[in-house]
Amino acid sequence: MTYIWNFQDVFNNWYALAIGAAGTLRLFVVCLVLGMGLGLVIALGKRSKNRPIRWLATAFVEFFRNTPVLVQILWFYYALPIIAPIEIGPFLAAILGISLNSAAYSAEIYRGGIQSIEPGQWEAARAIGMNGLQTLRRVILPQAIRRIIPALTNRGVEIFKMTTLASVVAYVELLQQGKLIASLSYNPLEVYTVIAAIFLIILYPIVRLTYALERHLARSD
Amino acid sequence: MNAPVLRLSGFGKHFGSLRVFSDIDLDVMPGDRIAILGASGSGKSTLLRCINVLETPSEGSLELDGDVVGQPSRSGDMRFSERELCALRQRVGMVFQQFNLFPHMTVAGNVAEGLKTVRGVPAQKAQERAVTELQRVGLADKADTFPSRLSGGQKQRVAIARALAMDPEILLFDEPTSALDPALVGEVLGVIEQLATEGRTMLLVTHEIGFAYHFATRILFLAEGGIYESGTPDDVLKNPKRPLTQQFLAEHRRFQF
Ligand SMILES: Nc1ncnc2c1ncn2[C@@H]1O[C@H](COP(=O)(O)OP(=O)(O)OP(=O)(O)O)[C@@H](O)[C@H]1O
Ligand SMILES: [Mg+2]
Repeated sequence: MTYIWNFQDVFNNWYALAIGAAGTLRLFVVCLVLGMGLGLVIALGKRSKNRPIRWLATAFVEFFRNTPVLVQILWFYYALPIIAPIEIGPFLAAILGISLNSAAYSAEIYRGGIQSIEPGQWEAARAIGMNGLQTLRRVILPQAIRRIIPALTNRGVEIFKMTTLASVVAYVELLQQGKLIASLSYNPLEVYTVIAAIFLIILYPIVRLTYALERHLARSD
Repeated sequence: MNAPVLRLSGFGKHFGSLRVFSDIDLDVMPGDRIAILGASGSGKSTLLRCINVLETPSEGSLELDGDVVGQPSRSGDMRFSERELCALRQRVGMVFQQFNLFPHMTVAGNVAEGLKTVRGVPAQKAQERAVTELQRVGLADKADTFPSRLSGGQKQRVAIARALAMDPEILLFDEPTSALDPALVGEVLGVIEQLATEGRTMLLVTHEIGFAYHFATRILFLAEGGIYESGTPDDVLKNPKRPLTQQFLAEHRRFQF
């Protein structure tokens, strides 16, 4: 039996897909900023001299690295309102699940980057009178972040793909819209092919760019 | 009349059960140039690093211009507040064996960094001051270069300019020429010599005994966990009184010609 591809229904629904793409992008940007920002805070927490802070940061990382994002999103959406007096919409539930998970992973990346900077850099900065925060901001992080840009970009790509998990709570993003179209037009093959293609078209250039950046950074060292 | 810039009393440092030195008393007067000699592992670097508290001293007291810095603590090493440390280090500059320049900043950026970030000097002013300091070490033309383009000798001169930019009352040097090709040692020692003629107060750890002889107003020889012998360069280097000093110098003379 040969299947006859028919993309007509998909293309007729381009507007729904566009809304989905906007939803994906919105979720991605928020999770990228929150995940990477919180990741840095957690990484600094893991390096803190204060033992309870260190312990909390470690617990955070271990908890969110070792539980599935899908379960977290479902938990925030369906379970949290039961124990806390807050309603959480699909958008917020997805943000929490994806951002917290990304923060846990990027915290480890930041930590590795910070640790890779020679102790002499800390000493030189401290020796001209900088405090710990100034040393981080002016000397350590600028160098560490250059080294971890490839790893952080990988995380970014990962976050982009994770946005599809939000469809589990019916957040309007690409996959969710695809599911809708597929159920109305009975054309899952075409719909999911197009969805996969959209991700590929967006992500592939970004990944190529990362490789180029990686080569560029390797050369300037 | 003259009060010491730096006074150490009963100064000691141990790492756990390893006692590096103890009970060091030292007055450094304005304009003093002190060369610190001693065998490898005798604690020269540790002493220097305890003076600007890159290493936390264990006991004793540290006074800068009569102000006590840090507090003794009953459990473990002495205690210093962050503010105290930042203030202390602006007054006590340090030059490292490995230069430790900031690779992501230009040469002038390295020198201006302390002024900008620590002192809050406006960027333009800090840049001007950086160029002035670079002139002093003969590298004004390298202001916009990145450190990776410099020779070892040039890097160390930039590191000296970076320390000078903060107007420190005391400069500490930890083997500033040990990481350099022999051909590049001279240019760095030349800069240090010039600082000496300006009357700067300096403490220098070195294995260049010849330079120590000409440079120093006083020699400290470290051994057996303390200042084993001290005095003028002529006293300590030409007529050492104690056996370990004699042995150390004999060892250094072995391959002279
Ligand atoms: N951070 C540290 N932790 C534990 N021990 C240390 C530490 N730093 C130095 N030591 C020990 O303290 C002693 C003195 O070391 P230090 O580096 O001050 O010697 P030094 O006189 O500078 O030697 P060198 O001429 O080789 O530079 C050594 O036994 C060294 O192993
Ligand atoms: Mg040493």
